[in-house]
Amino acid sequence: MTREAAGFDWRPSAPWENLRRRAVLLSRLRRFFDERGFLEVETPALSAESVVDRHLDPLRVVLFDDPRTPDHGMERWLQTSPEFAMKRLLAAGATAIYQVARAFRGGERGPRHNSEFTLVEWYRVGDGYEEGMRLLDELSACLLQRGAAERLSYREAFTRHAGFDPFTLDTPRLAKWIKSRSPAVPEYSEEDRDSWLNYALAEWVEPRLGCDCPVILYDYPASQAALARVRARDGEPAVAERFELYVDGVELANGYHELLDIAAFRARTATNRQARTDDGKPSLPASPRFEAAMEHGLPACAGVALGFDRLVMVAVGARDLSAVLAFPDERA
Amino acid sequence: MATYKTSDFRKGIKVQIDGDPYVMVEMNFVKPGKGNALYKCRLKNLIRGSVLDRVYKGGDTLESADVEEVEAQYLYKQGETFVFMNNETYDQYELKADQVDDNWKWIKEGTVCKIMLYNGLPVTMEPPQHVNLKVEYCEPGARGDTATNVTKSVKLETNAEVLAPLFINQGDTLRIDTRTGEYVERIRV
Repeated sequence: MTREAAGFDWRPSAPWENLRRRAVLLSRLRRFFDERGFLEVETPALSAESVVDRHLDPLRVVLFDDPRTPDHGMERWLQTSPEFAMKRLLAAGATAIYQVARAFRGGERGPRHNSEFTLVEWYRVGDGYEEGMRLLDELSACLLQRGAAERLSYREAFTRHAGFDPFTLDTPRLAKWIKSRSPAVPEYSEEDRDSWLNYALAEWVEPRLGCDCPVILYDYPASQAALARVRARDGEPAVAERFELYVDGVELANGYHELLDIAAFRARTATNRQARTDDGKPSLPASPRFEAAMEHGLPACAGVALGFDRLVMVAVGARDLSAVLAFPDERA
Repeated sequence: MATYKTSDFRKGIKVQIDGDPYVMVEMNFVKPGKGNALYKCRLKNLIRGSVLDRVYKGGDTLESADVEEVEAQYLYKQGETFVFMNNETYDQYELKADQVDDNWKWIKEGTVCKIMLYNGLPVTMEPPQHVNLKVEYCEPGARGDTATNVTKSVKLETNAEVLAPLFINQGDTLRIDTRTGEYVERIRV
């Protein structure tokens, strides 16, 4: 019996036509940024520092000196995004940069997730919240030809599709509401508001976003700010200046009006570290080089990370990344 | 008993929930934004056939079900009980009519079936995907009429009725797809 007959899939899972479309989209994307004066940069995929996010798990690599003791050496982390490195470039004087990076995330596998994937990330100094969304919208229109995006706030989206206000409903009532409509829900603790909101987002909101035209979801709860600025106005709940692009129910990009405040960065990172410890996850290294860059000063900017494989998937009308990856995890 | 962690979740694993065995028929990994991972699972009850949708979070576990599949040949029916025998161990398994369900239509003495054992007890059976059965009764065939899109009802040796083309005669042997209950072809014996 040949290896192929024994089940070794050596052929690409993506049809040639899709791989051709992928190449065309990538060259159009590069032209889009080149025409706007962005500089293409490259930063390490292996780094000593890592973004500390409660739900992002970087893969650990050891740079051994002696191959006979492969577990002894410097610890490195495959980057979940090139965010830290690109912000160091901005602090050092870059003004408009983009990168077509390989990113890696542990524990993510499924039709819309591959542990290794292509992340396009860009930053432009001087852009605010509105400019950040507008540039993403332009790129989406240029690559997908699906027209301008509808802007939908997180609050409107939940009110419309999940049937509750995510800013005013208290957590016990929120949990009760979700459980009454969806008996299959996992047990989250009563304090874990974001997990309940996340469940409702996945179950009722996301599948309905971007079906007619692309949607930019914006103004997230402040607790989900990650590295975006938080805007607080009198009489309104504080919101994170964070936005995401959705097309055909698929999340394609995540952007921030970038946080510049080092104290806020340290506080959020500490919260995430504590949450990771509570979740039983190993600790991630400190990030002294990134913090030094933040102390030096990150210029005011907006930045976006876009999942390029998913964008191609949506562009060709597929529902599974294996249709646009030559060799997804199962046959890598 | 072994447990499955969410990282082991995949189609086909057999798990135990509220005392019943289930097979995972769908597993979808969902992770919106920077949020926590969700494992959306569809599970089929191996005894009742009912379907259950559950969502798990990373780190959740499910107990594995003590389920085993064996091959056994159908021996005979006694009252409402179908009796099968494992050809290797000579163990006999008894299944009630509701456990055999519609599959009685496709089994005759000697048909080798798959029997699912849960905690050592038989719970379901599955006939071969294709079976060859003789026509016990039908209206006479129309000679020369080879059209397959016009059908008539024929009664098989198991007493099951299926639709078959007009040219089929009493005594012919038919190949049946047991998943759909449809006629496939006439077999020369």
